[in-house]
Amino acid sequence: MSKWSMQKLPKWIWIVIPVALLLGSIALFLATNPLKPLGVVAPPIEEVTVERTILDEEGIHLTVRVNGSEPVRIAQVLVDDAYWQFTQKPEGPLTRLSSAKIDIPYPWVQHELHEITIITSTGMTFSHTIEVAEPTPEWSIQRIAAYILLGIYIGVIPVALGLLFYPYLRTLGSTGINFLLTLTIGLLFYLLIDTLQEGFEMSQQVAGVFNGNLLVWVTAGVAFLIIFALGRRGGKAPEGLSLSTYLALGIGFHNLGEGLAVGAAMASGEAALGSFLVVGFTLHNLTEGIGIAAPLLNRKTKFRTFVFLTLLAGLPAAFGTLIGAFAYSPHWTAVLLAIGAGAILQVIVEVGTYLYKNTETKSWFTVSNLTGFVLGIAIMYGTALLVAI
Amino acid sequence: MKSKFSRKSFLKTGLFSGATALLGSLITGTPFSRSQQHSNDKKTADPPNEKKPHGGMSTVGLVDHKRNGFNPHEMLTDWDTGEVSQLPNGQTLREYEFVAIDKEIEIAPGVFFPAWTYNGRVPGPTIRCMEGDRIRIHFINAGSHPHTIHFHGIHSAEMDGVPGTGPGMIEPAESFTYEFDAKPFGCHLYHCHSSPLKRHIHKGLYGAFIVDPDPARHAEHSDIARSRLLGSEENESWQEFLIVMNGFDTNFDNDNEIYAANTVAFAYQNEPIRIDRERPVRIYLINTTEFDPINSFHLHANFFDFYDHGTTLTPTREMIDTVMMCQAQRGILEFTFEDFEPGKFMFHAHQSEFAELGWMSFFDLVNNREVSV
Repeated sequence: MSKWSMQKLPKWIWIVIPVALLLGSIALFLATNPLKPLGVVAPPIEEVTVERTILDEEGIHLTVRVNGSEPVRIAQVLVDDAYWQFTQKPEGPLTRLSSAKIDIPYPWVQHELHEITIITSTGMTFSHTIEVAEPTPEWSIQRIAAYILLGIYIGVIPVALGLLFYPYLRTLGSTGINFLLTLTIGLLFYLLIDTLQEGFEMSQQVAGVFNGNLLVWVTAGVAFLIIFALGRRGGKAPEGLSLSTYLALGIGFHNLGEGLAVGAAMASGEAALGSFLVVGFTLHNLTEGIGIAAPLLNRKTKFRTFVFLTLLAGLPAAFGTLIGAFAYSPHWTAVLLAIGAGAILQVIVEVGTYLYKNTETKSWFTVSNLTGFVLGIAIMYGTALLVAI
Repeated sequence: MKSKFSRKSFLKTGLFSGATALLGSLITGTPFSRSQQHSNDKKTADPPNEKKPHGGMSTVGLVDHKRNGFNPHEMLTDWDTGEVSQLPNGQTLREYEFVAIDKEIEIAPGVFFPAWTYNGRVPGPTIRCMEGDRIRIHFINAGSHPHTIHFHGIHSAEMDGVPGTGPGMIEPAESFTYEFDAKPFGCHLYHCHSSPLKRHIHKGLYGAFIVDPDPARHAEHSDIARSRLLGSEENESWQEFLIVMNGFDTNFDNDNEIYAANTVAFAYQNEPIRIDRERPVRIYLINTTEFDPINSFHLHANFFDFYDHGTTLTPTREMIDTVMMCQAQRGILEFTFEDFEPGKFMFHAHQSEFAELGWMSFFDLVNNREVSV
């Protein structure tokens, strides 16, 4: 091809040609099966994940998602080691990533454990445990109100109580404030690890194809970068009220995850007698309020602002309990927890930056600061013992 | 799957019921303390369970016996007497051809198992002969692994069908002829004895080897011996069935997902075995269950006499309704439903787990001498 004709071609042709060649090579690969000489005859890999369980008067209802190189056929269903009748909607083989509802008219027993096993046509088994059988809650105004109230107890009230320390905290000198900020970093550090860990635990239940662990890492990373960029869009690190706002946002995400866990646990009966937990959470989350107050100590703050920060940090817990109780799905929960982790990391970075800038000697790695950091972790760990039974 | 909420360890919060009262009083009457309400009204209501059907214990759908090439209902009575001829010394010779074949079989509706089989069926052909007959089995291994046939019975070391003696394991595409006299009389079995043993047996390489007593050799119980002898007039009045108790580990975790009588889960629950209440019943029962040390047989609403290994003509146990058997143990059960009202009578493994995983069956008692299975 001469130089002249190359120049005459429209530019877009250089998108079309590589794409066309790519498609052509894929078609050729599929048509000729060049892997045949390798002698690899991979058996179909099947995976069936139970994403949602509903227990009611009719029996047990599961939402399952399947993954497999070939369509998966659910052949039989066992409950507690007994073959049981079931219906599947939609019927027939389930293609990769599709989901179906399995209805099993099984006389489950309240407060007891049930083990469900799904057998596919190839004889592979996938089991799902209902730890404590409880009727799945149905929507009712009263019940929604109760879950919101539960969220307020574990989210809003402790943050508000923490912020009540504000007047006293203001009497502290700059050393005290620094100490408090390092304490905040300590407790955020705890929350970061904790949130990530919960995200990974949740990702165990995510259908394998979604690659749960990777999803958590990537989402956390991207969330961090986005919130970090938002925070610094003015060209400098957030401080004062905006830093507190980001703190509240990060903690809010964490509380959303916490609310999800509590709501889902309550709904599935795993925390049937968990009122003690609510008390524990309230104490545990009190420190979050103190942390949010820390960047505001050397400026005047309106009461409204405190209300706003309290709601931003605490109210997500109420949404969490509702979502957890009524519309639980492990992959979305994992994503939300990962966003929370990213948000918390951003706050750690920004509080750290703030601390660094406000330390005149620039020697911020002091005994006092380190003590604050460790104490922050210790407080969170200590109060977490209240909810770990 | 593990608990969703292990971090907070929500489980076992029952320890803290006292604290419940604390918060319960804060949020009176709202459903989030509903666990208390539920436990309170459990006695009166417990509604979820009242309405729920308890009778749904079964597989869904039907097995395609045609595609399998064998039918558990036909297996009950398809005695294989072989190609019969006379040896020069007057002895009856029975010749069989056994071919080991890899074959995928449907063991419960929609559940397929990559079996290894004798002649394409699990259990393999039911050899039926008389004490003292000469048995000759031409074994061809058309499978993908080395196999043997090991017969329970009395024979030479050469014919034992185990690695390390005689021809040892018969490689794919090779063959061997096993030959021996049928003794002692009784209800026996044969199975592959290649290693690894567990896998070769549980994959489906086993079957029944029934040796009827020769009435001429048992003068003191010749009537009983004749009643056991296939083809004799006394035997005609009996309803004889073969039941091989087996299991299948579909996911290779050394634990059976399916238990069955003659391979197909719930085959005789979905379609009961019709029996004539006027005629006595004799069951040749063999346990080939792998991974579990024992299996059992329980008959409802009736009792039976039991002949351990079938090697006696008088019962080794009388008037029992449950018998326990270890792996490879077998026996003959005799009972009658004479004077019973027609109806369906259960029989099953009395390990409830096995029953609920497929080893659950019915006799359908009917008033008809011409009943055919």
